[in-house]
Amino acid sequence: MSECHDCAGCGPAAMAPFPSGTAAKAVAVIGPPNSGKTTLFNRLTGLRQKVANFPGVTVEQHTGIAELAGGQVVELIDLPGVYSLSPHSEDEQVAYDVLTGRRDDTPKPEAVLLVLDSTNLGRHLMLAAPILALGLPSLIILNMADDLRSRGGTVDTKALSRELGAPVALVSARQGEGIEQVRDFLAGTMDLPTPRSLPVLHDVPKCREWAGRIGSQADYRPPIAPKWTRRLDRVILHPVAGPLIFALVVIAVFQSIFSYVTPLMDGVKWLFEVSGNWIATSLPPSLFRSLLVEGVWKGVGSVIVFLPQVLLLFLFIGILEDSGYLARAALIADRTMARFGLQGKSFIPLLSAYACAVPAILSTRTIENKRDRIATILIAPFMTCAARFPVYTLIIAAFLPNRRLLGFLSVRTVAMIGLYALGFVMAVLTARILKSSILKSGRTPFLLEMPAYRWPTVQSLGLRLFDRSKVFLRRAGTVILLVTVLLWTAAHVPYTHGHPPAIRDSLAGTLGRTIEPVIKPLGFDWKIGIGLITSFAARETIIATLGAIYGMDHPDSTSMDLQSALRQDLTPGAAVALLIFFAFAMQCVSTVAVVRRETGGWKWPIAQFAYMSALAYGGAFLAQHLWRYV
Amino acid sequence: MRKAKRQAGMRHLDKNFRAAHTRIEMQLSGNNGVLEASPGSLVDLRRGDEAVLSEIDLPVEDARRLMELGFLPGARVVAGQSAPGGDPRVFQVDGSEIAVRRETARRLKIFRKENLPRPA
Repeated sequence: MSECHDCAGCGPAAMAPFPSGTAAKAVAVIGPPNSGKTTLFNRLTGLRQKVANFPGVTVEQHTGIAELAGGQVVELIDLPGVYSLSPHSEDEQVAYDVLTGRRDDTPKPEAVLLVLDSTNLGRHLMLAAPILALGLPSLIILNMADDLRSRGGTVDTKALSRELGAPVALVSARQGEGIEQVRDFLAGTMDLPTPRSLPVLHDVPKCREWAGRIGSQADYRPPIAPKWTRRLDRVILHPVAGPLIFALVVIAVFQSIFSYVTPLMDGVKWLFEVSGNWIATSLPPSLFRSLLVEGVWKGVGSVIVFLPQVLLLFLFIGILEDSGYLARAALIADRTMARFGLQGKSFIPLLSAYACAVPAILSTRTIENKRDRIATILIAPFMTCAARFPVYTLIIAAFLPNRRLLGFLSVRTVAMIGLYALGFVMAVLTARILKSSILKSGRTPFLLEMPAYRWPTVQSLGLRLFDRSKVFLRRAGTVILLVTVLLWTAAHVPYTHGHPPAIRDSLAGTLGRTIEPVIKPLGFDWKIGIGLITSFAARETIIATLGAIYGMDHPDSTSMDLQSALRQDLTPGAAVALLIFFAFAMQCVSTVAVVRRETGGWKWPIAQFAYMSALAYGGAFLAQHLWRYV
Repeated sequence: MRKAKRQAGMRHLDKNFRAAHTRIEMQLSGNNGVLEASPGSLVDLRRGDEAVLSEIDLPVEDARRLMELGFLPGARVVAGQSAPGGDPRVFQVDGSEIAVRRETARRLKIFRKENLPRPA
């Protein structure tokens, strides 16, 4: 790395202005974390944006289309939040590569929007030197103008623009104030100052000194400390009140995603049942009808049922993150999480994983440390997700009497709590193993910036929900759909004399009998085998599958018939083995797919799948064999 | 911890209970002694205390991260709130508030009290 990229302007920054009156085609948006970069990006692009990962890395890539007056369009590339351009972290590497046109998957930007927090200009201006040194036309955006004003800070943008030799716009992305200047710049209709040669700077202290000098030449007066943030922190980080508020927030989130959302989920389930019945009655009995109703409708419906839960969870995470509480929660949780080798920011994703691992893994994006993030992704599927719940309920109800223990707790509740604890313990153990071996963070310090508290905006929350539900529904629409259609087909071939085969002789049955020798040591027969195969699409699918195999029309986890059928086919030891198998196995195509997406390759999802499957098999084997001695 | 309490709103207690007040003062002066005697680090600061960073005793890469966040030698640091138990603690530095774990704060050395560069 040549020294001039460290934090430096390399001699005269020869900026090529766009030809006057033409819009640039691709423009990069860059800025330090907490500069309001994403808010500005959302403000400029609205719904015309897409989220992906830069191929091969765990860095998220947002691109969007900004429409300018006169119908011109500009593609905006939102780069990860960085403090400098020295490529030391993956984020900085990606930002640097995109800006210098070294990534084949992203067009080389023709201009740069540099977003800085105007309330903390002294420090944020440090990023201006290396950005301007790139020689691309750049607009310096001083964001959060409303905060700066209300807290008594000032800055002379004209003087700053003169000092930097680049145009400067004072905006508030949240309020929409000053955005037209950004649009003017993008359209190429903004007056640009004479480019200046900037000094060559080699280290952070010199850079900071330069930024301070530029700031004072621009009459920058930093705002007074955010009064309300200090006041709120006195309560939220109070030694006693702090943990109490934290617990209340956690309980409120938990309670909402588990109980208050039930009517909504029941509503979705009901919609799918009613519409399924309607399709069934309005179509003549045929193979196609069977495929549509039994395969597609039921399969996709069983996943979409979770949509209200997922949306609510992301609404909470959005509010917590945008308001600034998430950073405080991470601070409070840090000590406890550090004991497992993790950090405070892993807490919320792991909590979310009790609803569903897919949104949990998506929410690990708030963890900047890549190793901590991957460790969190790898252990999240151990948390007892909502899809395991109906399976646990069915097996527990089939094998355990509804007897009271100690007068108030039922045996079934204790078993359920035990299974939740089992998943948690395994997650913690795995985290410890990972963090003391392949994902060791070394001595990299844990640093957490505490942003000022702000009201979350409806627009930003809405965009986040829209984005996350798109990711979630795409899974249901592709992977789950494919698997349910495959399963339906496997259960209906070979077709003889115009009738589908008995389930035992179907392709699915043959598959189940083929894997029977492998699962025999766990105490499972071929019917459970089919259930296990199908449950890899989504865990709760096993209930529908077993229901179909045992020849029932409307499989239901509380159905007495299914329970008695299970009691005939499984010994108590095998039932325990099945529970343990479900607690440990990564039976979820969506999770595998989302891990691949988030870690930028197949390495981690394959390792995770192998590890969890081995653990599931080993655990179930042990349980089945040790049960005899109980 | 005790000083923190005093600042957070025990001022009326100070007025009402002279004994408590004196005890806190005594404890404070004791602390100052410790501060002067040992080469201090950010760990020694209590809530509201202020210090000037002298050096960062960390590998180059980690020191760079900290410096990018404002922890530069010569920077004024004010200790703020902390997680329960005092770790990690928030420090106000260069216009931002950054939470740092104890293990890292120990590596951020501060000038001893008597060497504090006084603003003119």
